[in-house]
Amino acid sequence: MNIQETYSSLGLSDFEYDRILELMGRAPNFLELSLLSVMWSEHCGYKNSRPLLGRFPNEGTRVLQGPGENAGVVEVGDGWALVFKMESHNHPSAVEPYEGAATGVGGIIRDVLAMGARPVALLNSLRFGPLDDERNRYLFREVVRGIGGYGNAIGVPTVGGEVEFARAYSGNPLVNAMCIGLVRSENLMRARAVGEGNLVILFGAKTGRDGIHGATFASDELSEESEEKRPNVQVGDPFAEKMLVECSLRLLEEGLIVSLQDLGAAGITSSASEMAAKGGVGIEIDAEKVPLREEGMEPWEIVISESQERMLAIVEPEKAGEVLKIAERYELVAAVVGRVTGHGDLRIMRGDEVAGTVSARHLADAPVYEREVLAPAYLEEARMLDLEELPGPRDYNSVLLSLLAHPNLCSRRPIYEQYDHQVGTDTVVLPGADAAVMRVKGTTRGFAATTDCRGRHCYLDPRGGGAAAVAEAYRNLSCVGAEPVALTDCLNFGSPEKPDAYYQLVACIEGVAEACEALGTPVVSGNVSLYNETEGESIYPTPTVGMVGVFEDVGRHATPGIKREGDALVLVGNFRPVLGGSDYLEIVHGRVAGAPPVPDLASEKAVSDTVRRAIAAGIVDTAHDLSGGGLAVALAEMALSGGIGAEAQLLPGGRQDAALFGEVGGCILVAVPEGRLGELEEHLEGVHYSRIGRTGGERVRVSALIDAGLDALGEAYERDLFERYAPEGGQIG
Amino acid sequence: MRIGVTVFPGSNCDRDALYGVERAGAEPVELWHADANLKGVDAVVVPGGFSYGDYLRPGAIARFAKVMGPLEEFAKSGGPVLGVCNGFQVLTEAHLLPGALLRNRSMRFVCTRVRTRVENTRTPWTSLFEPGDELTLPVAHNEGNYFADERTIAELEDEGRVVLRYLDNPNGSVNDIAGICNEGRNVVGLMPHPERASDPALGSAEGLKVFESVLRFAGVKV
Repeated sequence: MNIQETYSSLGLSDFEYDRILELMGRAPNFLELSLLSVMWSEHCGYKNSRPLLGRFPNEGTRVLQGPGENAGVVEVGDGWALVFKMESHNHPSAVEPYEGAATGVGGIIRDVLAMGARPVALLNSLRFGPLDDERNRYLFREVVRGIGGYGNAIGVPTVGGEVEFARAYSGNPLVNAMCIGLVRSENLMRARAVGEGNLVILFGAKTGRDGIHGATFASDELSEESEEKRPNVQVGDPFAEKMLVECSLRLLEEGLIVSLQDLGAAGITSSASEMAAKGGVGIEIDAEKVPLREEGMEPWEIVISESQERMLAIVEPEKAGEVLKIAERYELVAAVVGRVTGHGDLRIMRGDEVAGTVSARHLADAPVYEREVLAPAYLEEARMLDLEELPGPRDYNSVLLSLLAHPNLCSRRPIYEQYDHQVGTDTVVLPGADAAVMRVKGTTRGFAATTDCRGRHCYLDPRGGGAAAVAEAYRNLSCVGAEPVALTDCLNFGSPEKPDAYYQLVACIEGVAEACEALGTPVVSGNVSLYNETEGESIYPTPTVGMVGVFEDVGRHATPGIKREGDALVLVGNFRPVLGGSDYLEIVHGRVAGAPPVPDLASEKAVSDTVRRAIAAGIVDTAHDLSGGGLAVALAEMALSGGIGAEAQLLPGGRQDAALFGEVGGCILVAVPEGRLGELEEHLEGVHYSRIGRTGGERVRVSALIDAGLDALGEAYERDLFERYAPEGGQIG
Repeated sequence: MRIGVTVFPGSNCDRDALYGVERAGAEPVELWHADANLKGVDAVVVPGGFSYGDYLRPGAIARFAKVMGPLEEFAKSGGPVLGVCNGFQVLTEAHLLPGALLRNRSMRFVCTRVRTRVENTRTPWTSLFEPGDELTLPVAHNEGNYFADERTIAELEDEGRVVLRYLDNPNGSVNDIAGICNEGRNVVGLMPHPERASDPALGSAEGLKVFESVLRFAGVKV
């Protein structure tokens, strides 16, 4: 292999190789080239997205740590801080779904742990192709099993998430995992190597050949040959990670470490060089000191291995003995593998011999590409929708039942029942509500979290869809009564080298940023996953938002389930539903078309804030936002969740199918006892609202159009998404 | 009263059990797996989780941990021992309780709340209940499907050693068995998690009575 073939096979372009020559002033050896190729991959280096990410606001009164660390941090109160981040594991999950998803969970837990926090909650956001395809069913089943397999064993509850199915994700599923940790603010850790002469200790699992060049793989498009890259996917061991969590927390508690960093993509190379670059120092790693799982590994393999369940700590020399002793107590392998130096390089040693040296600054400084932004041709055509052509349904009841039974709208119970969502005894609101609600033990406080994005919406209107994702998250948190604080995002897009996908990336980022500014929720951490394509087709642009909110009194929260007969049903918000881009249009009419509702961010904020204040005041305990499937589906969900029916009247005007099933942002349905309606109305001053009905009975009725029993609705809604796997006898193999 | 909670590598409900025990009014004591010492506790809870990663078989490796020696002696001399979920699996592997917990009939992990009925109130862990009391308790397991040979099942039923029975069986266990006790009735294994239903802030405190029962058994006024 000549040098050009070598660097090309490592994912570097001619331009990038020339730049390396220029920076180093000499030709790199293979190890050095490997270090640079993994650190300059899109996955680690954000070559195509870095300039765009600067658009996000990332400051706020509660923000303790914005982007640039392993995870973002916000204040909860009483000295507690929430550490959180979401990350993608799309490519590994496409070829090896169980391990891909499992190690996605493991990786994000270590990010939170590296900040010194105890991981206390997991969420996820998943996308698959339609379930009529066997491969998609396999990916879906195994990803869910992988998330559960890891999260359940490690004992961090999986408390929320979302899933959508669309043709655009066939063959390229999205697996975005989010972790939230709790830490006392004064104990926050940062990944910064300091103190020349301090030691570098690697602890956790042994290092093997798994995941070599995983970061480079993750930065490539998926193709037929991707299957051959299965060996690039790491294998997870939640048991080892459980020990790693407990051991790390113990080391932190005893004040034995100066700095902590997890090992993820690009392994030791990425961790050590990032710590060195941030601390303005150098790090020397002796590959021969790294405990290995297999024989004959070359230094370049050792330092870019992505073996899971490992952490790197910077330790003062006199404390090293105690650190090694504690690691042993937790049955972990630990070794001093290097030291902090003054030279500013990441230097890989093989005993006394230098195997390679690259400046930590150069490793952290991947080239940046800015491309021309061209509006895609498909947009105009896709947005055309002639409503005259669309016949109204003859039977509204059966439309409602088919919406409720559709994989994009039906109950998520078969998924979340496979996740331990209660371990830790802090889960206040169980999965199935608009957002997960957790308490902070020993205080009255709590927090809520949600993940949101509508891919189809972003496809039809990238900028509006980006803003709508943030608005929906804000609304979901408000529906449970939490004050939205900040968000993490996972930007899942196609190849930035293609104009359509690059436009989508730029426009979605603009939309997300606009909404963040309008709603006052900064972006404090995140991740970018590009090249999500199979056989040349891009996924829907999917800027997933993971938002957290806080409660002063977590006892005052709301859930969607109707709680009493005879409550007044009040629709809060400016109800102007549209059919463009709706679930109804896709599910009933088979069309992905039209202009989705454009978010009115000022109104979103006013409505959400109003409802949240009514919940905090103890007036409202039942709230649910309008989302996919519109008013009819929202009402059915509230009735099914509470086991009590409801009767509502449509507001006059417009098409009836739009009123029932059309979609609209900024609308929340609340149920409140008649006796407290006056108090609620005081809170609602200044926002649109109307009383549309009352709760009670065992049916859901809307005007003269819908009249369905809870049993029939439940039968449609509570379907088993995995049922098609079931061999005879109902067993899942 | 001091109640010990064993901590194996991979236990993950140990902190929850310590919390539940404390809420009931006992002094919680952590019992590290590598120490062959029960620290003089008055009762022991073997908590849920994935001890040793559930590798080989749930509970199969934990039974050989050093702490199990004194724990087995404690159990044999009549000391109150409660195994919850993985703890129940550990106790069957250690032959302190008969039978085994197989994979759920659905072949899926299941985390939900199930209705159960208390069948035996003559154990230290159920003494505050009335026979026939119905409880809704959380379950979260992959292997909760209780199984034993016909003779053992008949024995358990005849001797009233089924402590808790599912009203909605989530895992296919024989005779809807959710919990059993040993002949001496001091060792109890439960698949549902009483510690997860020990706090009204989380929606239910029905499980707290399990820990309060053992306090009363020890003569502490609850």
